[in-house]
Amino acid sequence: MRLQIRGWILGALYGAQSIALAQEAPLVFTGATIIPIVGNSIENGALVVHQGKIAAVGALNAVSIPADAQRIDATGKMIMPGLVDTHNHIGGIGGADSSAPIQPDIRIYDSLNVRDSGFKRALAGGLTTLNIMPGSGHLLSGQTVYVKLRQAETIEDVFIRDAERNPLGGMKMANGTNSMSEKPFPGTRSKSAALVREQYIKAQEYRDKKATAAGDPAKLPARDLAMEGLVEVLDGKRIVHHHTHRHDDIITVLRLAKEFNFRVVLHHVSEGWKVADEIAKASAPCSVIVVDSPGGKLEASELTFRTGAVLEKAGALVAFHTDDWITDSRVFLRSAALAVRAGMTRDGALAALTLAGAKMLDLDRRVGSLEVGKDADFIILNGDPLSVYTKVLETWVEGEKRFDRSDPKDLLYAVGGFGAGRDQSPYFCCFEHPEGQ
Amino acid sequence: MRHVSSVIILTLLTVLAEGPIVVAQVAVSGKKIYTMAGPPIEDGVVLVRDGKIAAVGKADAVRIPDGYRVLQAEVVTPGLIDAHSTVGFSGIFNHPHDQDQLERSAPIQPELRAIDGYNPREQLVAWVRGFGITTVHTGHAPGELISGQTTIVKTWGDTIEAAVIVETAAVAATLSPQAQKSDKGKSPGTRGKMMAMLRGEFIKAQEYAKKRTTAEPDKKPDRSLSLEVLTRVLDREIPLMVTANRAQDIDSVLRLAHEFNIRLILDGAGESYLLLDEIKAAGVPVILHPTMTRAYGEMENLSFETASKLRQAGIPVALQSGYESYVPKTRVALFEAALTAANGLTFEQALATITIDAARILGVDGRIGSLEPGKDGDLALYDGDPFEYTSHCIGVIINGEVVSETPQ
Repeated sequence: MRLQIRGWILGALYGAQSIALAQEAPLVFTGATIIPIVGNSIENGALVVHQGKIAAVGALNAVSIPADAQRIDATGKMIMPGLVDTHNHIGGIGGADSSAPIQPDIRIYDSLNVRDSGFKRALAGGLTTLNIMPGSGHLLSGQTVYVKLRQAETIEDVFIRDAERNPLGGMKMANGTNSMSEKPFPGTRSKSAALVREQYIKAQEYRDKKATAAGDPAKLPARDLAMEGLVEVLDGKRIVHHHTHRHDDIITVLRLAKEFNFRVVLHHVSEGWKVADEIAKASAPCSVIVVDSPGGKLEASELTFRTGAVLEKAGALVAFHTDDWITDSRVFLRSAALAVRAGMTRDGALAALTLAGAKMLDLDRRVGSLEVGKDADFIILNGDPLSVYTKVLETWVEGEKRFDRSDPKDLLYAVGGFGAGRDQSPYFCCFEHPEGQ
Repeated sequence: MRHVSSVIILTLLTVLAEGPIVVAQVAVSGKKIYTMAGPPIEDGVVLVRDGKIAAVGKADAVRIPDGYRVLQAEVVTPGLIDAHSTVGFSGIFNHPHDQDQLERSAPIQPELRAIDGYNPREQLVAWVRGFGITTVHTGHAPGELISGQTTIVKTWGDTIEAAVIVETAAVAATLSPQAQKSDKGKSPGTRGKMMAMLRGEFIKAQEYAKKRTTAEPDKKPDRSLSLEVLTRVLDREIPLMVTANRAQDIDSVLRLAHEFNIRLILDGAGESYLLLDEIKAAGVPVILHPTMTRAYGEMENLSFETASKLRQAGIPVALQSGYESYVPKTRVALFEAALTAANGLTFEQALATITIDAARILGVDGRIGSLEPGKDGDLALYDGDPFEYTSHCIGVIINGEVVSETPQ
């Protein structure tokens, strides 16, 4: 209740964007084993957090702790960066519709319900940064959005913004069978590629026209939202997040990326193990899905837990993703553990939950590791991150505690139970919510 | 000379009497053996002779006879049982040609036998076997009011005849929106209609059974494959396994089972934690949904702790991989049980949900589910805690045959 009032006052003073305003006095977490991702694990560590950022991290006896710091004993626990999910579908996404296979004008954030209980479950799983995307039933299903799981009243509250305050995101594309269908959708793989090339060529011409117009209104082409979206891809402002499974589809993505010089992250890559060297040679990052069996469709029938290990060995950058609802955000740590089961290194697998994903979203200067100056996004665990018995105890975003397993309201979303499926409780201030505490 | 011949003949007869050796005799030595028939044994041995378990005990108490093949493992468990799956029916490719788990032509078809649809060479059977699953209860999936029969098979054997343990294990029914039709004019379209149709069918079966036994020979009704099966359900010979997840649907299922005195197995049971007293009072076992089932739709209120709550209430509970319509095409019961061990159940209670408790609920505990002399030689071997994500299943033995040694 007190926290809620505080949140309301801060909200009123600074506007919704500042609800997650950081604590005034520094916080220091002492005694935990810290996995910073960059550098070795630190036993008996100290993590100092101030104004939403990491102020210091290191061994307890080596870090200077501010005199006014509030100490939190984390002895016996583990602290690692908040998890970065490069591919997530929570929030009731509604991206491109069935009218066309390529819809770059769609912004996924125009469809998101920030009170969807999926956001609460994601926090319970230790996720702090997400790439929320439209689905894979289109060659291009719209613009994705990168979010932080801050306290939020509106979707704008979770945006990650650039220096000009524009929300950051990528572009979702797909090939293979998901995006093939009846007309106007493509019926074959060649047609899929042809349709994509056609649109990117159009976008190149649109961009060139704008450039030659040099601001002359008489010569400027009419604004075209779809073309504007694609031009952002051509300009490298939007990374393409490309659903692709079969080995030949993966190679097709690399071919198109080369032709149009767009930046791409390969997603799912069920058969990535077959073309690992080609992927590594193209320096294409891979966001890998780990699911409990192969199959469900022909192009995923040779999926294996080994994909992460094979790609890592080949030298490719590897991250994991939940693809929530395909896998549950609450068990995201498990993806890394199963990859380790199949031969991936422990360090590689932990980076694949954090820093590697941050790199794939162009956010690695802000998130993904516990380093001084980065956002104070971290999770506190009661055991090894790769153990089935380990629980996420707390999830912190920009210095604010956003999930606390000891709070029954948060526990409901972590464990499930009656009412857990509803929209998360709106952030009612200053009066008791009918459901009570 | 005659004497020598008879010796040879006698020797030959002796060999023949022993029978052809179809499986090597196997001994498994484990640092920890969970027999599920008593406390775990540290440094133990399981002897498997002629496909059956011959002895289980401490290493210093069980002598391994000469000629036995010896396998070693950190942890040994009974071969795992997946209490409800559709592997062998819902194939890996998810194309019409390999999907035999659900016939959509009518809402009530109990005559569909699982043995006529099971594909023992389906790739996903081998996939789950690699994690230590040696037995699956599989067959017709949830999705129609009465979708057909289920069967219990070993995950080894090239034909259904070689794999099957129980031909008709249950009749599978669904009392959930999954079985409702949205097309205008199609039934069932509501919860009320689902119950009315189920009750109507069982009443028809009652009448049929009565007439078949009491009517004059020329007035006996024609044989009905469908009603014959329902008669066996009414006779409590075959259980009715009903998939229901919302509390209101579970309540309806209990009402139905009570009215017709049916042997009920509750399947799915997402919100069963709201009706513990009612389920307990009805004496109904639960085959609980996969722990990691997606928390959407009728499963939006699922809890990781339901297995623990059912167990605490004294309700028999088994875990399952369930039916998956997309990706992954099957879950793995081992992983679903693992998460219950992290959410309220002890290690051994969680292991019981995929071994002895599953066997009891399915009525096959005389044969499988624990490591006891006389039971089938089904074992799973691990290089660490079987529930840990980073452990591997390093050996699988079915009917005394080592069927997998590739770490998975």
